[in-house]
Amino acid sequence: MLGEGILKGLAETAKNFAGSFVSAERLTTVQYPEERIAPIEATRDFPFLVYDAENRDGGGPEWEAGLRCVACQICEKECPPKCIYIEKSKDKKLDYLGKAQYYPAKFDIDISVCMSCQICVEVCPFEAIKMDTEFELSTTDRFGGLLFDREKLAKSNEYYHKIHPTEAAEVDARLAAEKTKSDAKAKAASDATAARAALATADAKPAVGPTEGGD
Amino acid sequence: MSETLDQIFVLLRHWLVGFLPPAWQPAVSVVLSVAVIVCLFPALFALTVLLERKGLGRIQNRIGPNRVGPFGILQPIADGIKSLTKEDIVPTSADGVVHFLAPVVLVVAVFMGFAVLPMGRNMTLVNMDASLLFYFAIGASTELSVFMAGWSSRNKYSLLGAMRAVAQMISYEVPLLMSSVAVVMISGTLSLNKIVEAQNQYTWGLPHWYIFTPWGFAGFVLYAIAAMAETNRSPFDLPEGESELVAGYFTEYSGFKFALFFLGEYLAMFSISGLGTTLFLGGWSAPFSFLGWVPSWIWFFGKLLVSMCVFIWIRGTLPRLRQDQLMNFAWKFVLPLTMLNLLDAALWHFLGDGWARWVVCSAILVFAYVAMAMAGMRSKHFGSRSYRYAE
Repeated sequence: MLGEGILKGLAETAKNFAGSFVSAERLTTVQYPEERIAPIEATRDFPFLVYDAENRDGGGPEWEAGLRCVACQICEKECPPKCIYIEKSKDKKLDYLGKAQYYPAKFDIDISVCMSCQICVEVCPFEAIKMDTEFELSTTDRFGGLLFDREKLAKSNEYYHKIHPTEAAEVDARLAAEKTKSDAKAKAASDATAARAALATADAKPAVGPTEGGD
Repeated sequence: MSETLDQIFVLLRHWLVGFLPPAWQPAVSVVLSVAVIVCLFPALFALTVLLERKGLGRIQNRIGPNRVGPFGILQPIADGIKSLTKEDIVPTSADGVVHFLAPVVLVVAVFMGFAVLPMGRNMTLVNMDASLLFYFAIGASTELSVFMAGWSSRNKYSLLGAMRAVAQMISYEVPLLMSSVAVVMISGTLSLNKIVEAQNQYTWGLPHWYIFTPWGFAGFVLYAIAAMAETNRSPFDLPEGESELVAGYFTEYSGFKFALFFLGEYLAMFSISGLGTTLFLGGWSAPFSFLGWVPSWIWFFGKLLVSMCVFIWIRGTLPRLRQDQLMNFAWKFVLPLTMLNLLDAALWHFLGDGWARWVVCSAILVFAYVAMAMAGMRSKHFGSRSYRYAE
């Protein structure tokens, strides 16, 4: 009332003005290219493809051999702005479970179209696509430079651990559990076949009919 | 020595003109002065833009521009080069000629105002008897260029911005004039030089500036409010309210024409602060009699820069008004007070010397201010906001 609010406001801004010269904690600005703050763990911008160095199969460089992606194309179908383009391979490779799977012969993401929604990450059953934190992506070529191919998208699991430690640990635990499960299953299956084989050899002498030994 | 320094620009001009044949001297002398004004104020504009960007940054606890040159002091040069090299886009449906003329008319009209401002002792370009009248006549033509810009762009945002700008400038032109008239009543002249001379007297070392009288103080505050609105400055920057109008009347301007609008806006601020300085703050006169040895032009430009800083400070503090608030404020608050201020100035004149006129004139103004503020507040309902539908 009577304009003292204006005076109060002027005093406040004057305090800010003078204070910013005196106390450094008032200035929250970080002088970006020279100094930078560590990114928050939940940061995300564009997707990348995870590869495991130890699970390599087939030839080519490490990133190509170890890709987790099996070209199931679920992410391509779910992507709201349709920025993913996948071409399935003709042949198959062994994945970390030792199963023969297709692999992406082509995997392109147009990050100029991507809206960073993370839906591809959520729908992926193979933990193959994750969100990156790399944000310095400016380029002089606005079409080709923003269309990322397989090689540019492939990043190691170690890198994933570095940018999202908690999430990556969970993913690794899940994959390991699946691996032990499948190993156990495989072992059980192989045990069963072995047992059956042993049984078959044992039963070979009495030569009973084939009614028992159903596969 | 101080006499020479005070008159250094006048002497310099005499010396330069002395090399020419006498028939050419008057014309060249005027051209020289004009050239100095045309170069000096854009340079001041660059300085003010830098001050504004740094100052606003500090007010918001930011650093402000600090990349170009040491501490960012070369930022205005970078801005200038950028605006010069940008593409100049004219909409296909725009009226090309008027679209081109609008920024030119604005800058020319604003520069004309500087012709009559006394920037120092004997440093008035055109010393006319009715310079105040001339100033307001020229100043009113900036409205024309604003509307030219808005109309010729053929863009609804431009037109809405221009309409707002014209409505606002015409509304505040009235209190601006009225608050200056009080000075004319007391000094008895329309000549800005004589107004400064009248204030350039000292009692006990203190100056006779009009701001140190009740009517002068009220007049100065009202003048400052009206000047801020007249130059479309925050908190009265509705014509370019980017939250609702993209950029107002210069939405369709880019490159150098946009820079001209920007320049025109700041030049208008300089000239209106210069006039306010001349009318109320004693123009080029020193604030204390013992500082009389400092050159007069230093005082003028010092006061000008201080008022620019106040402009920036207010911009960093106050939020933008709403259109109806703006209009109500002009017609229901500022204008009645300026009218009353005229009466007050007349009383001041007729009550004669002595303490009585101080008491009476101050009392009238304070009473009127409080009464009007109370009356204005009565219709408003303050308190916590209530919602009809949302909870």
